[in-house]
Amino acid sequence: MKALVRLALVVCLCVANLVASAPAPAPLNQGEELARVEGSTGRYGGHLVVGQRSEPKTLNPATATDAISHEVIGRLHSDLIEINRATQKTEPGLAKSWKTSPDGRTFTLKLRKGIRFSDGQPFDADDVIFSFTVYLDEAINSPQRDLLIIDDKAPTIKKLDPYTVQFSLPHPYAAAERLFDGFPILPRHILEKSYRDGKFVQAWPVNTPPAELVGLGPFRVKQYWPGQRIVLERNPYYWKTDHDNRRLPYLDELVFLFVGSEDAQVMRFEAGETDLINRLSSENYALLSKEQLQHRSQLSDLGPSLEYNFLVFNQNDLSGKKLEQISRKQAWFQDLKFRQAVSAAVDRDSIVKLVYGTRGTPLWGNVGPGNKAWVNASLPHPQRSVETARQLLKSASFTWDASGQLLDRTGQVVEFSLVTSSSNAQRMKMATLLQDDLSQIGMKVNVVPLDFRALIDRVFQSFDYEAAIMGLGGGDADPNPEMNVWLSNGSSHLWHLNEAQPATTWEREIDQLMNEQMVTLDYHKRKKLYDRVQQIVSEQVPFIFLATPNILTGAKSEIGNFQPALLDHYTLWNADQLFLRNAESAGAR
Amino acid sequence: MRNKRRIRYLLVALAVSHLVVVFAGFIAPCDAKQQDRSLPYAPPTRMHFVGASGFHFRPFVFASLADADGYREDRTREYPVHFFVKGSSYAVFGMIKSDVHLFGVDAPARFMLLGADAFGRDEFSRLLWGGQISLAAGLLATLITLTTAAVIGTVSGFHGGWVDEALMGVSELFLSLPWLYFLLGVRAFLPLHVSPTGTFFLLIGVIGLIGWARPARLVRGVVLSARNRNYVSAARGFGASDLYLLRTHILPATFSVLLTQAAMLVPLYVAAEATLSFFGLGVSEPVPSWGNMLAALQHYSVLVSYDWLLAPAAALVVTSVMYGMLADALDS
Repeated sequence: MKALVRLALVVCLCVANLVASAPAPAPLNQGEELARVEGSTGRYGGHLVVGQRSEPKTLNPATATDAISHEVIGRLHSDLIEINRATQKTEPGLAKSWKTSPDGRTFTLKLRKGIRFSDGQPFDADDVIFSFTVYLDEAINSPQRDLLIIDDKAPTIKKLDPYTVQFSLPHPYAAAERLFDGFPILPRHILEKSYRDGKFVQAWPVNTPPAELVGLGPFRVKQYWPGQRIVLERNPYYWKTDHDNRRLPYLDELVFLFVGSEDAQVMRFEAGETDLINRLSSENYALLSKEQLQHRSQLSDLGPSLEYNFLVFNQNDLSGKKLEQISRKQAWFQDLKFRQAVSAAVDRDSIVKLVYGTRGTPLWGNVGPGNKAWVNASLPHPQRSVETARQLLKSASFTWDASGQLLDRTGQVVEFSLVTSSSNAQRMKMATLLQDDLSQIGMKVNVVPLDFRALIDRVFQSFDYEAAIMGLGGGDADPNPEMNVWLSNGSSHLWHLNEAQPATTWEREIDQLMNEQMVTLDYHKRKKLYDRVQQIVSEQVPFIFLATPNILTGAKSEIGNFQPALLDHYTLWNADQLFLRNAESAGAR
Repeated sequence: MRNKRRIRYLLVALAVSHLVVVFAGFIAPCDAKQQDRSLPYAPPTRMHFVGASGFHFRPFVFASLADADGYREDRTREYPVHFFVKGSSYAVFGMIKSDVHLFGVDAPARFMLLGADAFGRDEFSRLLWGGQISLAAGLLATLITLTTAAVIGTVSGFHGGWVDEALMGVSELFLSLPWLYFLLGVRAFLPLHVSPTGTFFLLIGVIGLIGWARPARLVRGVVLSARNRNYVSAARGFGASDLYLLRTHILPATFSVLLTQAAMLVPLYVAAEATLSFFGLGVSEPVPSWGNMLAALQHYSVLVSYDWLLAPAAALVVTSVMYGMLADALDS
């Protein structure tokens, strides 16, 4: 009797397990205008496990600021126009086609018909209008809002018919179509109520019931286990198909496991508990390739990334702050020859070798060789020369005392502190190398590791620092995301923030050039303007550029269609096309 | 008797190890800050006795060449190990300058007994120089603590009354502080622009001023009991002043307690300095300390690949064990 009961229980559990598995893709409808993706066809089934450093903070696409939240959000939603990370070109997204007016200020987009959200509700122009109303709303202050505002003017959106929208831009905007990748379309039927009630900012925390988390992306949320993992399942109504007209995605489930640090991610990947690693440091890459994982995993070195690491000297206006010691030293920092001497003394090859294990590239400007479309290839790449550095310092009235220490023209010893984030091992190593490099021209550098938040506060707010090692960039290949670094009133104009007026003639020139390239539509004209910006930057060295790492990713060999790319999200940007070659599903449940 | 012999052996062992650290400049073949950027994470150099000309008592080494998967020995040239070589200059206690090293090899080979760290710096040399920082921090901080404890404990025990109550109340406060968080908190308040030397002395002061409570109470106990001894009362009867009593009868009684406490506190404070440096809050680059040398091992890839970088941990263990055994022996 007992055995029978037990058998019945087991059977029930098995049935329940089958019933609870991922939804099958919905059959194709006549009226659906789907996107056909070129590429190898895969097989349905299986689940992929990805490790994350910490939990997402929110699943609200309009308020999320951190990379981890965006890693999950990006799989749940789609955009009007998408940037194919492999080709770096734009492709039709939810908008199947678009027309630009001759003056470049009006965008008319035709939306796909017959598309449904992950809960089966239809998608149309009202959802687009609603989404952009939210993104442009000042009260919500979405991080994406800044990308739409040009010269303090916002675009206007009009609905021409249920499947056509028109954007009117205040100025012609060069890379307008690239903008749309990064504005996920939100479901009006779910979120309009909270928006009207003024509660939008609190909408869609991570623990929202899955039935309310509706989107147009390849996956939808199945379940969230706080502190452990969030499980996504296939969106049965996803609007893309593969070459054979089979609806994507191939994967049944995508699991994000909260594992902790990057070291923990590597250990889990080694143990086979996760299936891919989005970004590896060169040491972990070397470790994984050494440990006979080569035949089990595909490790990719994608070449130089779009980020740039640099040394910045504090040239902020310190009047009104009680920082006399730093103000005195600014006489050195503001001297062009001083900065050029520092740049000449830096051993960039050693940084690439010792910090990035040769998987990196030295930089002399903000655009590196990884950005083939925009790099100014004619800029000089001077080799390290302590002699040149000494000549430059001598011509700037610096001298050396008997013990080799550098003195400025008033006889003051040149000594300054160098801050960087203690949690970033690569930048800490760069600091040690720079300290040694600069000691060879007589400068005394004290390395001060700081907690990341404390560092950000000093560099962006209190300006209580002398020199810092920071990193920027990596957003898109296009120059426009760099505007807030190079415009004199930009929020990331780190060496001299909050300038009411450009402080120097060359900064004024950069302002003109950047503003002009933003509204120039012809690529070659834009390239000329941006080339000149790069030239000015490399001559005036407001940042002393150091190096950029290569993008290193790892994935199990059985993952098909794995196409890691140089733009974020390096590994999951085509999650809808990933599939598992083996019959067994990979990873642990 | 056996105990006395054990104490003697331990003191000799400690003296030898501390002398080695004091003469780090002489015994270490390289300068602690000298980077060799072609040899990051190089493994320990192997000593050979059998060469092209057969066996000889003078060992030799090969130069290291970078390989696809690490390093290999360049067997084209043998570099014999010489003794009393001229090398980088150093100063013992910052005063006696010299540039003679106990052993070394000719350039471009490097004799790295314990391999190299991430910047190609000789780990063995850094271990010895780092020992100066870590051991000095431990000893000086202990001195500060015990001086404070002796003064406060004696005053408290000798006077009694409200002075005693007040001081012991304060000591209870210090006993209840979680020392690590207190250290981290105080370190956060220190200014940004302190040089490594300044940081070192500030650290010693902070570490030393935290742990006085327990030794102070012990000293107070000894002083209380000594105060009431017959010979003390007798001496007082003969007109001895307070100072005389303290100097001749009471303080000598506290010496054994202070000595035992010293043997217990030194390894604790060495570990405290190592902990702070490990978190990047102690002595900063490029000055080595056992703590900041171990900080590199926080990364998984380094921990599993380069065993020789664990040398400072071994040094810490050996130091703690020796002092612990000394404390044990002094106690009994």
